[in-house]
Amino acid sequence: MIIRRSADITPSEITPKEIYAERRRFLQTAGLGLAAAAGLTSGLIHPAEAAVVQAQTRRKLTPIVKSAYRVDEKLTPYEDVTTYNNFYEFGTGKSDPSSNAGTLHKQPWTVSIEGEVKRPKKIGLEDLLKLSPMEERIYRMRCVEGWSMVIPWVGIPLAKLIDWAEPTGNAKYVEFVSLADPDQMPGVRVPVLDWPYTEGLRLDEARHPLSLLAVGLYGEALLDQNGAPLRLVVPWKYGFKGIKSILTIRFTEKMPVSSWMRANAHEYGFYSNVNPEVDHPRWSQATERRIGEGGLFNRRRKTLMFNGYGDQVGQLYTGMDLRKYF
Amino acid sequence: MGQSAALGRGEGRKAESKPKPGIWVKVSAQQIKRIKATVFLLALLPLVRLVVLGFMDNLGANPVEFVIHSNGTWALTFLMITLAITPLRKITGLNWLVALRRLLGLYAFFYAVLHFLSYVWLDQWFDWASITKDVAKHRYVLVGFAAFLCLIPLAATSNNAMMRRLGGNWQKLHRLVYPIAILGVTHYWWLVKKDLTQPIVYAMVLALLLACRAVFRKKGVDR
Repeated sequence: MIIRRSADITPSEITPKEIYAERRRFLQTAGLGLAAAAGLTSGLIHPAEAAVVQAQTRRKLTPIVKSAYRVDEKLTPYEDVTTYNNFYEFGTGKSDPSSNAGTLHKQPWTVSIEGEVKRPKKIGLEDLLKLSPMEERIYRMRCVEGWSMVIPWVGIPLAKLIDWAEPTGNAKYVEFVSLADPDQMPGVRVPVLDWPYTEGLRLDEARHPLSLLAVGLYGEALLDQNGAPLRLVVPWKYGFKGIKSILTIRFTEKMPVSSWMRANAHEYGFYSNVNPEVDHPRWSQATERRIGEGGLFNRRRKTLMFNGYGDQVGQLYTGMDLRKYF
Repeated sequence: MGQSAALGRGEGRKAESKPKPGIWVKVSAQQIKRIKATVFLLALLPLVRLVVLGFMDNLGANPVEFVIHSNGTWALTFLMITLAITPLRKITGLNWLVALRRLLGLYAFFYAVLHFLSYVWLDQWFDWASITKDVAKHRYVLVGFAAFLCLIPLAATSNNAMMRRLGGNWQKLHRLVYPIAILGVTHYWWLVKKDLTQPIVYAMVLALLLACRAVFRKKGVDR
């Protein structure tokens, strides 16, 4: 796998975005047709080889304050964090997001604050970042599929934005909505999920100091595949709660229904807290494989309750049956 | 054609009964040997590829998943190719194709063994308690495991001696391949998180292959 830094390439050498996007679309369509005809799909064209990080501008973020929220574990390599992704708006394969990305129009980026707030308002990304100094936080990330990473995120506490948003007394939940533009996100042309992607948190979960609005990782602005330019990180919940490319933040009185709940309420609940004792109906959640560790002989490790953040977040759920509210 | 008749049993019996024009219809025993050797080598490529990628440290961010999925995909693919032989033979009249069927079927078994081994070893590290729980609790594991178990008697009775010994029962036993294929596709279908595109492709191919058989039986094609 090659990570090509855009600095090595002169602008004239880069194929215009529309042209390569079109080529890619053609290749994908043609490829899918061929594969279907032959009945051999992933065996021949396997994601891992297709993973070539596209020429996206890598931009350093400054200044960044080092936060005390950091787990003392080996970081997952940058290459893995940026090529092994679930971001269905860019395709359902793990390497689809990194190979299809680079198409998001991130400037300007405006987030709409709606619902149970004193008055609805919009905030540009630059202004949002003035609400609080950017912090680097090293969190574990546990995917519902049974793998995990350790990622140095850059962002601001979600609580700071909530304070600025001034929710009313009726606000009990926060709903997040992603961008869903088929011109920028090829995966949205396929109805795998009910677009746009939505997620939600209880207001106290959203206000929890661990909840982070991330704009970067490894000291740089988020690449498209990681949810540029603004995403949610809730480290004690399964990764899919970390909604990407956020456009709308809506405060509600009723519990919002997330995309995954709509897709399969039996398998994905509103809370989706990491819990080794409550299995996914189709697979175990007792263990996980840490990405970028040990290669082929990388043994599974035990999954921790609340992904190891139980001391900090356990009190949010006292008295709740976590088997029922999964 | 003696060889293909011996291999195909019932199906290959009337191999020369319907000669059709074309260069590929009549193939000498020598040519069949060469074709088989070529297919044998080609069918090893998925494994060679894994070994090469493994040594180049290029199995992606999740190498264990990559290896398990690759072997599973190829087991299923070879199963489909094996099941495609008879319809292809009947449609094209290329009766010698049946000479490849055992080889392809054994490759399906070979990749299923690698798939199972990579699960038992690389994924579970021979934690039998965990494996037993996994098989009992999770339906996609259960159907996959059932398919694998059913493949074993087929592979074990694939040699000429066993074919002779079992006589008419051999074909009855080997009809297990149909439920195996259905279980295999179901295994894939049930493990996918949301995007069913690939399992659907396999299901469609399998449905087509089974439909061919239904049509042939109805029309009494060949036998």
